[in-house]
Amino acid sequence: MISELFTAQVLLGILTSGIRLATPYLYAGIGETFGQRSGVLNLGVEGQMLVGAFAAFYVARKTGNLWLGVLAALLVGALMGLAMAFISITLRAKQGISGIGFFLFGLGLSDLLFQTLLGSVQTVSGFRPLAIPLLSKIPVLGEVFFNQNLLVYGAYLLVPIAAFVMDKTTFGLKVRAVGENPEAADSLGVNVSLVRYITVTLGGMLSGLAGASLSIALLNVFQQNLTSGLGFIAVALVYFGGWRPWGVLAGALLFSMVNALQLWVQVLGLPIPSEFAVMMPYVLTIVALVVAVQRVRPPTALTKPFIREG
Amino acid sequence: MRKLTRIASVVLLVAILTSACGGGGGSSGDQPFRIAVVTPSAKNDLAFSQSIYESLLKVQQAMGGPEKLEFVISENMFVVDDAGAAIRDYASQGYDLVIGHGSQYGGVLQEIAPDFPKTSFAHGTTVDTFVDKGITNVFAYEARSEQGGYVNGVMAGALTKSNVIGVVGPIETGDAKLYVDGFVAGAKSQNPNAQVNVNWIGSFSDVALASEAAQTHVKAGADVMAGTAQMVVGAIGVAKENNALWFGTQASQTSLAPDVVVANQIYDWSGVITEIIDLIGKGTLGGQAFQITLANKGLYIEYNTAYSLPDEVKDLADATVDAIVTGAISVAP
Repeated sequence: MISELFTAQVLLGILTSGIRLATPYLYAGIGETFGQRSGVLNLGVEGQMLVGAFAAFYVARKTGNLWLGVLAALLVGALMGLAMAFISITLRAKQGISGIGFFLFGLGLSDLLFQTLLGSVQTVSGFRPLAIPLLSKIPVLGEVFFNQNLLVYGAYLLVPIAAFVMDKTTFGLKVRAVGENPEAADSLGVNVSLVRYITVTLGGMLSGLAGASLSIALLNVFQQNLTSGLGFIAVALVYFGGWRPWGVLAGALLFSMVNALQLWVQVLGLPIPSEFAVMMPYVLTIVALVVAVQRVRPPTALTKPFIREG
Repeated sequence: MRKLTRIASVVLLVAILTSACGGGGGSSGDQPFRIAVVTPSAKNDLAFSQSIYESLLKVQQAMGGPEKLEFVISENMFVVDDAGAAIRDYASQGYDLVIGHGSQYGGVLQEIAPDFPKTSFAHGTTVDTFVDKGITNVFAYEARSEQGGYVNGVMAGALTKSNVIGVVGPIETGDAKLYVDGFVAGAKSQNPNAQVNVNWIGSFSDVALASEAAQTHVKAGADVMAGTAQMVVGAIGVAKENNALWFGTQASQTSLAPDVVVANQIYDWSGVITEIIDLIGKGTLGGQAFQITLANKGLYIEYNTAYSLPDEVKDLADATVDAIVTGAISVAP
């Protein structure tokens, strides 16, 4: 019976689903990675995603232009990020609780706007799958990897770019320095607050984009609480990924692939209760986390506001 | 100065935190009947919460408008503790009837109802009125959703060409389980060769996972799909994209995909609400359980007029409804 899982159709189905499911985690998780590497924990990702998802959906529906929707998501994400930065960096509020505040704010705001501006669940014609010439013709794998929509490609392109910026550029070095030892960075002339403002705002923009990837590319619908906890999973994946973009990719794919697998387990009618099936991605991720976390250490200054002495 | 900004930020934060929670308001005056409802999701969720909202509008219209029946609704009370606070609040504001639209509110109602013996409460879907616990002011209501599920299933079995049907459900319990069980039984009775794949995604709100579950069904060959609860909007989008037929339940989902929605089982609670209002007028504040069924028209099948359903399938569905009403077909779990 288990052998049914290992047919080409099922394995390809799992890959395709997993790649799609991982998309919002990648945007939000990589944005959060930048924030955390600079020392700011933003638990408001979910709220930023919701507001971004609504903004993208609303603008795309009103203008008929999906790119304006993407722009709107980036913009409101940036505003939410800036507000979070102001509260956690300038006002030095406790990051955990203010992040939760932003989550609730985003949840309430997106629902309020949805109820007043749209008033009912509607659909939008979102980004269509776009076959990449030549690559999509590769037998079997072409369909899986190179026949997705643009926002899915964008998420996977973001991983190497983010890794490069973090590890190989001056800006990335500053981000890491500010997150490890802000006093030392400050004494060397790095503007700690500015770097953190940039990373948190960038995180907001990417969270907004994560929301847009749901509302105008993968689901093409908006409903209150559309993200339903995906933003918190993205934050968890940052820890899982050891604060590295490639690690976030590995975590997002593991979680999503196992989730896709459990969908097939149920569709094929394998004798596993659905309650156990839906637990699989969480259990496996926790196990992998326990194994992996031994080797990595969080940024030293994570959640610690920077106060210049003297 | 710094202290001031700190205080300001705390105030702001509190404002942000509280802005997310809705409050209810009531008014007194010319004595209209006053109902307060707490729902787990939005009143326009195209599913369970929408069904009670539309039923209340219908009763209000039948009674003669807001002067005769006044109602308020607190949506998105998925957190039972918040719902409990709202229910207590409404009860103390003197509403005649406070409805907790979800069986998960049973626990808090059981605590609150004895404190307000002059207020009537109702909740569903459940049969539990707590009379056995000495509580006499709680009504219960439930939907025999397996009945319309069976009818939808019969149509699905007749319409599938690939003989694969996919179902997306939330959690295998209560009303959702009734509907899906009925649907599967109906499909199998009509088309024994059909394979009905059921996917429980473990959530009432995860639209992304519901969408992916539907993708999985399509990959597995399904050309007809069904689902229940508010997260199925994700699955309907997939049905639309892949030109798979869709059967809805709880409220009309036709607007999301007019080309592929065949029919919806609609929940109409207005009969139950009217009956409860009558009982309260006569001094009975609880202790009775109600059902909506195909027979009492609390459940009915709404066909999508934009979809050209073959006449013989429509006749088949009508015959199935009649058979369930007369008892010729028993779909009880």
